[in-house]
Amino acid sequence: MTKPSSGPILTLRNICKSYGPIEVLHGVDLDVHAGEVVALLGENGAGKSTLSNIISGAVRPSSGKMTWQGAPYAPANPKEAITAGVGMIQQELLLLPQLSIAENMFVGRYPSRAGRVDRAEMRRRAREGMARLGLDLPPGRLVAGLSTASQQLIEIAKALTHDARLLILDEPTAALGGEETQLLFRQIERLKAEGVGIVYISHRLEEIKQIADRIVVLRDGERVRDFDTADMPVRTIVEAMVGRSMDQLFPPLSTPSDRIVLEVKGLKSRAGAFSGVDFEVRRGEIFGISGLVGAGRTELVRAIAGADPLAEGSVLLNGQDVTPRSPRDAMDRGIVLVPEDRKQQGIILDHSIAENIAYSNLDAVARGGWIAARKVRSFADDSILRFGVKGRGHQKANEMSGGNQQKVVIAKWLARNPSVVLLDEPTRGIDVGARSSIYEIIHALAEAGVAVIVVSSDLEEVLGVSNRILVMAAGRQAGILDHKEANDVSVMELATA
Amino acid sequence: MSDTADSRFGIGALREAFSLTGATGPLIGLLLLCAFLSLATDSFLSIRNFLNILDQITVLGILAVGMTFVILIGGIDLSVGSVLALSMMVLGFLNVEAGLPMGLAISGALLASGLAGALSGVMITVFAVPAFIATLAMMSIARGLASMITNGSQIIGFPIWFNMGAIVRHGGFLTMTVAVMLAVFIAAWLFQRYRKEGRELYAIGGNPEVARLAGINVNRMTILVYTACAALSGLGGVLLAARLDAVQPTIGIAYELDAIAAVVIGGTSLSGGTGGIVGTLIGVLIIGVLRNGLNLLSVSPFLQAVIIGLVIVLAVAAETFKRARR
Repeated sequence: MTKPSSGPILTLRNICKSYGPIEVLHGVDLDVHAGEVVALLGENGAGKSTLSNIISGAVRPSSGKMTWQGAPYAPANPKEAITAGVGMIQQELLLLPQLSIAENMFVGRYPSRAGRVDRAEMRRRAREGMARLGLDLPPGRLVAGLSTASQQLIEIAKALTHDARLLILDEPTAALGGEETQLLFRQIERLKAEGVGIVYISHRLEEIKQIADRIVVLRDGERVRDFDTADMPVRTIVEAMVGRSMDQLFPPLSTPSDRIVLEVKGLKSRAGAFSGVDFEVRRGEIFGISGLVGAGRTELVRAIAGADPLAEGSVLLNGQDVTPRSPRDAMDRGIVLVPEDRKQQGIILDHSIAENIAYSNLDAVARGGWIAARKVRSFADDSILRFGVKGRGHQKANEMSGGNQQKVVIAKWLARNPSVVLLDEPTRGIDVGARSSIYEIIHALAEAGVAVIVVSSDLEEVLGVSNRILVMAAGRQAGILDHKEANDVSVMELATA
Repeated sequence: MSDTADSRFGIGALREAFSLTGATGPLIGLLLLCAFLSLATDSFLSIRNFLNILDQITVLGILAVGMTFVILIGGIDLSVGSVLALSMMVLGFLNVEAGLPMGLAISGALLASGLAGALSGVMITVFAVPAFIATLAMMSIARGLASMITNGSQIIGFPIWFNMGAIVRHGGFLTMTVAVMLAVFIAAWLFQRYRKEGRELYAIGGNPEVARLAGINVNRMTILVYTACAALSGLGGVLLAARLDAVQPTIGIAYELDAIAAVVIGGTSLSGGTGGIVGTLIGVLIIGVLRNGLNLLSVSPFLQAVIIGLVIVLAVAAETFKRARR
């Protein structure tokens, strides 16, 4: 680890931020030195986003002082921060898919000569920027169709063409697979060596251990703890984040019965995402599905739930062929899918919680097709209570935290007491506290005799909750591991086989 | 959570009971407009003038109901004016030229327009043609078919009682045509608010993929919505034929734009998922009252068009502003 030679490039002193009467940041201090990665950790709502928005100029602090490379620093907007050399890479990528890589990197500030866009110069500088990250792509190529990792790196390259000396990375690996994450980390090491300071925000603690030099933990808008090395037990970090000792993140394993509930035979997707998948899940069993991004996991569970068409194979429920043709079909048989992408597939942010829950239960709240508002409300209240959603039926979904939105999504499909539940990435992008309550829900489902399938990119999660794990590799079924023989090595071996 | 109390009493209860969500602004606008016209003219504030306004908005009102459903699911229908003309020509042909009884002729007209809508719906769902393009094509097709029936000329000679339906005020108050419009509004409101399928429209407009994964048959509902919208346009055509006592294929040009304007003024979002029938009724009334009042004030029709354009911008800007401030 290289010790920074001089003082910090960025200092924050006593930063406070209030929205109306509510103070969300209480006097936070932060130093970032050149060439170091500072991990900013905390649960959702701890103030990480507000803090990074203050540094990147999107939000102005209510009080407190900042200095940047020794001089007072108070950016009025993101543009001023970027000009000063502070770049922020948002969690949601902001590239224009129908423009070329070079155009994306220089949009709004195209190099020009004699009043015309100088395309040759733009391409040259784009290539130069990408080379710094070891990215070898033609600058004239459209962004559409590039992998998420490449797009992430292009965003970073874009920031670097502004001569960024500090980068804020917000959940950069949320959509990346293991391989792609490692690629990103190698480039981050390179930037460190060039003396760029990095503020790194992530929920994946294993990653933090690998990439960060220091850890700063925020809780409820306060800086509660820091660690001078990232080499700390995950448990210690988590306890600092949630402010209480964690008994155990994962509940004990469930005890499945011998009765087979769900059986799939020779499944093959029509789009070609997977083929030759055979397995069965027993009553009360939690069946994990692991594999690299693109291995066909999501497509597999979507097909079982009738959301995507199958080319071959059959789905059996209690020995009876129920191969679904539509999500409705599967739901009527008692097979439900809690989908991967909350905002695009699970919830309508602009509608109320009660409405969202009702959409998949319209038959339950209607009599002869007529719906009583009172019934919708009481149905929602029951679900809210049962799944511990912090919110009320009439609130809009976008007024809630990600963890609570996820609970609403789960409640939507579980209210019908299904016999098979497929959960795709059930804890993506939500904080540790909400995560453990979702594990409790999953565990309770299995205990109640439901056959549960959990797809996750988080290896620790799959290993922690599953009785057995199906590992997929490039659309094939690479193997099924029992809980006893499954560990990160055996899973990764199969996943890359 | 102060708005629980609010929703049980007062404005909140009213808003909930009539699903006024997003339409309180337009309602206030309508009331202000009426207050202004009552003071500025002698003849605005009378039962007689109010009944006139209802007569004038009959066709627009029925088209706007269908358009509300289409826009609620995030679609658009540019073909309503042409489909209205097609329905009128089919009606004239079946009743006057072919001599069929009026009941059969009306059924034929509604069937023809419903088919046109179903075709648009199939293009949009099965062949994934954007709604704007599919209904633009239908706008041209229906207009062409309407003209082909008589090679462009008009049809007259409906039975006398048909025209009387638009003129005679039963109980001194309600013409047949206005009664039909009111019935359509009430049925649509009940459907949208209390039917399972009505709530499904909101889910589809909010996000069609979320709706599909929630077990809603999005394609079937979409086709039904375009069919209903076109059939309502056909119904509007029948009522218009009664009022004019004649049909011709060039009628109803640009009616789709008035219908879209009424829906948007009434607070239904063009991106789908929010709004509703009550707002549309208010939007239709705003357009009707505005036209009527401007006539009473002897404003030229050219300036009227400008004013209505400004009202559309004002209504949408006010809504956007309100939303951004929250």
